[in-house]
Amino acid sequence: MALASTLAFFVVAYLVVTSAPGWPRVQATFFSLDVARRSFPQILTGLWLNLQVLVVGGLLVLALGLLLAVLRTLRGPAFAPLRLLVTVYVDLFRGVPLIIVLYLVGFGFPALGLQGAPTSPFVLGTTAIVLTYSAYVAEVFRAGIESVHPSQRAAARSLGLTHRQSMRIVVLPQALRTVTPALLNDFVALQKDVGLISVLSVVDAVRAAQIVVGQTFNFTPYVVAGLLFVLLAVPSARIADAVSARARRRQQSGSLL
Amino acid sequence: MNDTPPGAGPVLDVRGVVKAFGSNVVLRGVDLSVEEHRVVALIGGSGSGKSTMLRCASLLETVDDGQVLLDGEDVTDPRVDADRVRRRMGVVFQAYNLFPHLSVLENVTLAPTVVHGRSAAEAREEAHALLARIGLAEKATEYPDRLSGGQQQRVAIARALAVRPRLLLLDEITSALDPELVGEVLRVVREVAAGGMTIVMATHEMGFAKQVADTVCFLDGGVVLEHGPPAQVLGDPVQPRTRQFLARVIDAGRL
Ligand SMILES: Nc1ncnc2c1ncn2[C@@H]1O[C@H](COP(=O)(O)OP(=O)(O)OP(=O)(O)O)[C@@H](O)[C@H]1O
Ligand SMILES: [Mg+2]
Repeated sequence: MALASTLAFFVVAYLVVTSAPGWPRVQATFFSLDVARRSFPQILTGLWLNLQVLVVGGLLVLALGLLLAVLRTLRGPAFAPLRLLVTVYVDLFRGVPLIIVLYLVGFGFPALGLQGAPTSPFVLGTTAIVLTYSAYVAEVFRAGIESVHPSQRAAARSLGLTHRQSMRIVVLPQALRTVTPALLNDFVALQKDVGLISVLSVVDAVRAAQIVVGQTFNFTPYVVAGLLFVLLAVPSARIADAVSARARRRQQSGSLL
Repeated sequence: MNDTPPGAGPVLDVRGVVKAFGSNVVLRGVDLSVEEHRVVALIGGSGSGKSTMLRCASLLETVDDGQVLLDGEDVTDPRVDADRVRRRMGVVFQAYNLFPHLSVLENVTLAPTVVHGRSAAEAREEAHALLARIGLAEKATEYPDRLSGGQQQRVAIARALAVRPRLLLLDEITSALDPELVGEVLRVVREVAAGGMTIVMATHEMGFAKQVADTVCFLDGGVVLEHGPPAQVLGDPVQPRTRQFLARVIDAGRL
C-alpha cells in the first residue's frame, strides 16, 4: 500500500513536470545525458577532494569540539578567562555564516603575507570549516556532559578519582553515548558543506561542475554533483537514524526499570 | 562530643564544622568523633544536614569553618590533596550512583586499578570475592540497569569496600529502596560492621541503628544535639527535641 501510493505520487509528479510547457528546455539544460557523461569523471575527481576535506576536517572538528567543551566545564576562578574565551569563540563561529568564514580565512589570511603561513586553499578551506563546525560540536559535547547527573561525578570523586579521571572514565563515555545521534546529524550537514570550499577556487566537485557549466552553458553538471553529494549523505543519514532510534529505545526501556 | 578516650586517636574527628549554602546555614558547629571499629548512626529530620555532614567528611563539600581530621590529619587544610584523602574513604549514596556504562565487575575494580594502581588480576580477584560476600557472584558481568535496587545498592557497597577504606560513609542507603529490599542491604552492612569496619551512617532506620550502632547522634538545628548509646538516645532521650523527633518517627511507623 505504502509502495503503491509512493509510486502513484511519483508517476503523477513526473507527468505534471514533463507536461509543463518549459519542460523540453529544462530537460536539455539540466538533464542532458550527454553532458552528464562528459562531466562525470572531472566531478568525481573533485569529489575525492571533498572527501579528503570531510575526513580530515571531521576528525579535527571532533578533537577541537571536545577540547572546547571540556575547557568550558572547568570550574574555579583560575579558569574564568579561559571559559570566557571559549564562550566568545563558540558564539562567534556559530553566528557567522560559514561562507563568510571561508572568505575571511581563504582570502584574508594569505593576504596578511605572514612568513610560512599556509596558502593552500585545501588547508585554508579545511581550517574555515573546522573553525565553524567545532563551535557547533563543542555545544553538542557540552550538552552531553551536562546531561550526566552530578551524582555520577560525586561517586567518581568519592572513589578518589581526580577531576581528569572522572571526566575521562565516568562522564565523557556517558556523554558520548547521548550525543552520538546529534553528532551524526552534524556529520551529515558537514558532508554537503564541504562543497562550499569551491568558493576558494579549489577544484572540488562543485567547482569541477562549474567549469563544465562555463564551457557548455549547460547546467547538468550541477545536477550530477548534487546527486553525488546525496549519494554520499544517504548512508550516514540512515546510520544517524538507526543510532537515534536505538538510543530512544534504550532510554525507554531504561525508564521502565 | 569531645570525650575521646586516650590512646589511639579517633579515625574521624569532626570539630566545629560550619557549612552554609548561601544564607542557609546548615551546619553551625558540628562535633563528632568516631573511634576505630565503631559504628556511628546520624539521625535527624529531613533537611537537618546529615547528608551535608557526610559530604563534608568525604570532602565532596568544602567546610566554611572548623576541621575534619582523618587519623589525626587535618584534611580540611586547603594545602591537602583532597583526591588523596578521598581514596581512604568509601562512600555509599542513597541513589546508588553506580556507573551505568560499566559492568558490575568494572564498577568494583575501577578505583582499585585506576586510583590505587593494583593489577587488573588482583583487583578482579578481590572484586569477585566481594561480590560473593554480598551474594552477587553471578552478576559480575551484568550492567547496573539489569539489577534490582537492592542488588545495585549492594554493588555500591562492594565498590566502596574495594578500595579497602579506612572509613565507610553511608548516606541513607536504604531510603530509595522498596521495603522488601531493605533487609538484604542492611544484612550486608551488619556483616561489614561485624568485620570491624569503621562506619558513619545517616539513617532513617531507627531499628537498624539500635541494633548496629555503637553511638547514635541526633542532628538538629545544625549541631549534634544529643549523642550516646542507642538504647539511651533512642530509648530515653534527654533533649525534648529528640523526644519530639522520635515521637514523629514512631508515628510514621519507622521504629
Ligand atoms: N548543594 C546544595 N546547595 C544548596 N543547598 C543545599 C545543598 N545541599 C544541601 N542543601 C540544603 O542543606 C540543607 C540540609 O540538606 P541535607 O541534604 O544535608 O539534609 P539531610 O539531613 O540529609 O536530609 P534528608 O534526610 O532529607 O536526606 C537543606 O536545607 C538543603 O536544601
Ligand atoms: Mg540526606
